[in-house]
Formats: sequence, C-alpha cells, structure tokens
Amino acid sequence: MKHAATLTINGMAYPVELDGDTTLVRAIRDDVGLTGTKEGCDDCECGACMVLIDGRPVNSCTYFALQAVGSEVTTVEGLADGETLSNLQSAFLDQGGVQCGFCTPGMLVSAHALLRENANPTEEEIRLALGGNLCRCTGYAKIASAVMQAAKASV
Amino acid sequence: MGNVAFHTATTVDEALALLGDGSDARVVAGGSDLIVQARHGKSLPGTVIAIHRIAALDHLESADGLTLGALTSHATIAADAAVRATWTALADASALVGSHATRNVGTIGGNVMNASPAMETGGPLIVLGASVTLRSAAGDREVAIEELWTGPGTTSARPGEICVAVSVPTQPANTGSAYVRLEYRRAMEIAIVGASACVTLDDNGIVTDAKIALTALAPTIIRSPGAEVAIVGSDGNDDALAAVAAGASADAKPISDLRANEDYRRAMAGVIAKRAVAVAAQRARGEEFPIPATPVFMKGSGR
Ligand SMILES: Cc1cc2nc3c(=O)[nH]c(=O)nc-3n(C[C@H](O)[C@H](O)[C@H](O)COP(=O)(O)OP(=O)(O)OC[C@H]3O[C@@H](n4cnc5c(N)ncnc54)[C@H](O)[C@@H]3O)c2cc1C
Ligand code: FES
Ligand code: FES
Repeated sequence: MKHAATLTINGMAYPVELDGDTTLVRAIRDDVGLTGTKEGCDDCECGACMVLIDGRPVNSCTYFALQAVGSEVTTVEGLADGETLSNLQSAFLDQGGVQCGFCTPGMLVSAHALLRENANPTEEEIRLALGGNLCRCTGYAKIASAVMQAAKASV
Repeated sequence: MGNVAFHTATTVDEALALLGDGSDARVVAGGSDLIVQARHGKSLPGTVIAIHRIAALDHLESADGLTLGALTSHATIAADAAVRATWTALADASALVGSHATRNVGTIGGNVMNASPAMETGGPLIVLGASVTLRSAAGDREVAIEELWTGPGTTSARPGEICVAVSVPTQPANTGSAYVRLEYRRAMEIAIVGASACVTLDDNGIVTDAKIALTALAPTIIRSPGAEVAIVGSDGNDDALAAVAAGASADAKPISDLRANEDYRRAMAGVIAKRAVAVAAQRARGEEFPIPATPVFMKGSGR
C-alpha cells in the first residue's frame, strides 16, 4: 500500500510515495536519490546507514521511512557546507581515516553527533560513541585520531 | 516484507482504535526489535501503528516512585539523575543497550513488550518490584512485571492492549541495586548471561532483604530464590557471596546456543550474580560504583 508523504532531509522537503514497510535507508537512497547513506548489513549491526533524526543518530535500515515524517533528517550530505567540508570531514582526510569509504558516512554522522554533545571527548569516549559503527579497513585508530583532531580544531 | 498499511497515532485512544482486537495490527515504538524481526521472517501484520508521536507516553516522573511513560528511551533512563541514584540497576541496564543510536530509538515499552529472555531492563525491573500498565478500550490494568512474561517473546498482554507505563516503587532506605551482564563486546551486544540484585541493609550492614534475578538463563527472566536466601542475614562476606553464586547456578535453566553452551552459562550465572550482589551491597552502603556496573575492557586503543 503506497502512502504519500513528505520527508525533510538536510532542510529540503521531498514528496515521496512509500510502502508502509519501506525502511528509511531505502527511501533516502531509492526515492530521494541521496546515496551518501550506505546500506551495509541491513540488519542494524554495522552503522553504515547512520543518519540523524532531529539531531540524534539512528540506524536508518531499522526505522520505517514513514516514522521520520515530521522529523528533520540529516544525512552525510548535510554535514558539509556546500562544497566546504566540515572540520570533521577534513580531519578524516588529514588522518587517513578513510580507506574503502563504505563505513565513512556512518562514522561521520555518529562522530558529528558526539562532538555536538561533547566537544572535547577522550579517545575512550570516541570509541564508545562509535561502537555501533563497524569498519573493516582502518582498524579504527585513524578514525579515532580524526575525531580527536576535529575536536581540537573546534574547541 | 509485504503490503503494509501504516498509521501514525498521536493519542493513545487513536492507537487503540486503530489496533482494534489486535488480530491484524501491531504497534511500533522505536522499531528496533520489530523491524529486525520482520527482516528475519516474523512477518508484519496488515497494519502497523506508529506510536512514537504520542507525547502523552513520553514522560519520566520520579517524585513518588518512578513512572516511565512507555516511550521513555534508554538514553533518557540512563542519563536521569533520579534513576541513577535510586533505581540504579535500571540505569546500569539502559546504559548497556545497543549503541547510542539504539538507546535513542529503543523504548522501555518496546523492551518489556518484546519479552526477550535476554533483554536488559527486565532483571532490574523484577528486583525493583516494577509493574506495567496496560490499556485497552476496556480501561487500564496493572500487571506485575514477573507476570507479564509467559515465555520467550510472549506476554500475558491481550492483543488489543497497549503498554502505557512502567512503574517502579520507592525503595527503602539503605537499599542498592545493580545489573551486571557478561558480554563479549560492549556495543551491539546481547547478554550471554546477566544478573540483577537489589539488597537492603540494616544499620549494622546486615542484609535484611534481597531480590536477585537471572537474565538469559531461562525461557523468561527469573528470580533466583537460592541466591536470595544465601545473602539474607549475612554482611555480604566472601562465604555468603560464594553461596550466592552456588544458588544462582543451581536456579539457572540455561540452553546452549551459538553464544554460549549450557555449562558455561550455568557457571557464569554464579559469577555474574555474585558481582551484581557485591555491587548492589556497595551501593546500599552509599559507596559509589560506576554506571553501568559492567566494566568496559577497551582494547585496541594503542596505549
Ligand atoms: C543493534 C541492536 C542492539 C540492541 N541491543 C540491545 C541490548 O543490548 N539490550 C536489550 O535489551 N535490547 C537490545 N536491543 C533490542 C531493542 O533495541 C530494545 O528491546 C528496545 O527497547 C525496543 O524498543 P523499541 O521501541 O525499539 O521496540 P519496537 O521494535 O518498536 O517494539 C518491540 C515490540 O514491542 C511492541 N511494543 C512496543 N511498544 C509497545 C507498547 N507501548 N505497547 C505494546 N506493545 C508495544 C511492538 O509491537 C513489538 O512487538 C537491540 C536492538 C538492536 C537493533
Ligand atoms: S545497514 Fe543499517 S546498521 Fe548496517
Ligand atoms: S574504510 Fe572500509 S569499512 Fe571503513
């Protein structure tokens, strides 16, 4: 059954027609066409699909798209200011926190939420905050240093 | 997944009307259990009713006992100063759920109604003496938490009922509680085994009352009478704690699955129950112990 609805993503309103059981990650990628958000496990384990809903990180593979109607969704595309990368995004490049890049959108979204709550986290706090984001490439050390660098840059 | 009608309710009455007799409809709060299960073959009903916009179900009051609206998130519970001070085992539990994201979307109502024998808040709610309020068109009824669960994934709630609140009574003076879980990693983990304890001390530090519950050690979360008798009347010394461990292992009815075998679970039931009782007693004496009471073994930080 199709439901007409409007999703608000990165400040833009997108009219969509969705099945009742369409997950938010599928709507963002297939219906809205923003492909920064990744679908990794599609089982709420890997965090590649992480988005912000009203500012809080949520696994978009395990959230019905229609649950997000009426909320502000922020995807990785919403973190940069146009073509200008955020401090956090630049820090991932500087520190080599990106290898294949599949986990990166989710890492950025979770780390962005962490830094807004805690501008000066310890390495352990960073690792706990990114506990729901898996990376098969980097071994996490450079991701943690990137978040530390971004925290220093904005303090 | 299939052909599903989706409604967003903004009042409990609206949700109850949409739910009808509950034969082909189901509520979704955060969705963190329901959607995972739907993907693993437990099919969705014809109608899904989203309840997360029902503002009247999102509240936490702690002036006279603790009342949690069904939509209270684990993040809210784990951060609340009154819960941390008075109903500490519950804070221990909510702080361990999933990841930051899971704690943001996952609700107390969804946790208890999902009725997993491995779920985090169940043991704490049992030892703290909690009850749930279930509402239907016929009105409200209160069910003791131990009578809510009837088996893995099943409850005594009727199909047309919605959980509106979870209530936990005020605790006596000199009472402390703790929830400890055995885990292989901190985030996105399911308890291998877990134990909850709530103990009350007299002025001489003797345990006058103790409730101990075991998680992931039976088809539902259960009390451990063997562990409880072992600690009451003692001052929490090592011999009493060893008896707690023996009692908990004897009361456990574990299964073998891919996470652990039966013998390991039974052995760990005692170890974890003993730790939970020791932390609860420490808190009852007014000594600080970190929340969550399950320590993090952080590896790979490079120093
Ligand atoms: C990655 C991940 C990690 C997790 N880690 C943990 C963990 O460590 N510990 C743990 O205990 N759980 C864990 N969970 C499970 C889950 O997050 C929690 O049980 C959570 O509290 C469920 O709440 P929800 O609102 O998302 O439930 P939902 O999925 O919305 O609902 C769960 C069930 O309860 C019913 N329901 C929900 N609300 C009500 C209500 N008010 N009245 C009647 N029925 C209702 C639904 O119909 C459904 O059957 C995890 C889940 C995921 C995806
Ligand atoms: S795709 Fe959502 S957690 Fe992996
Ligand atoms: S960079 Fe490849 S998964 Fe993280």
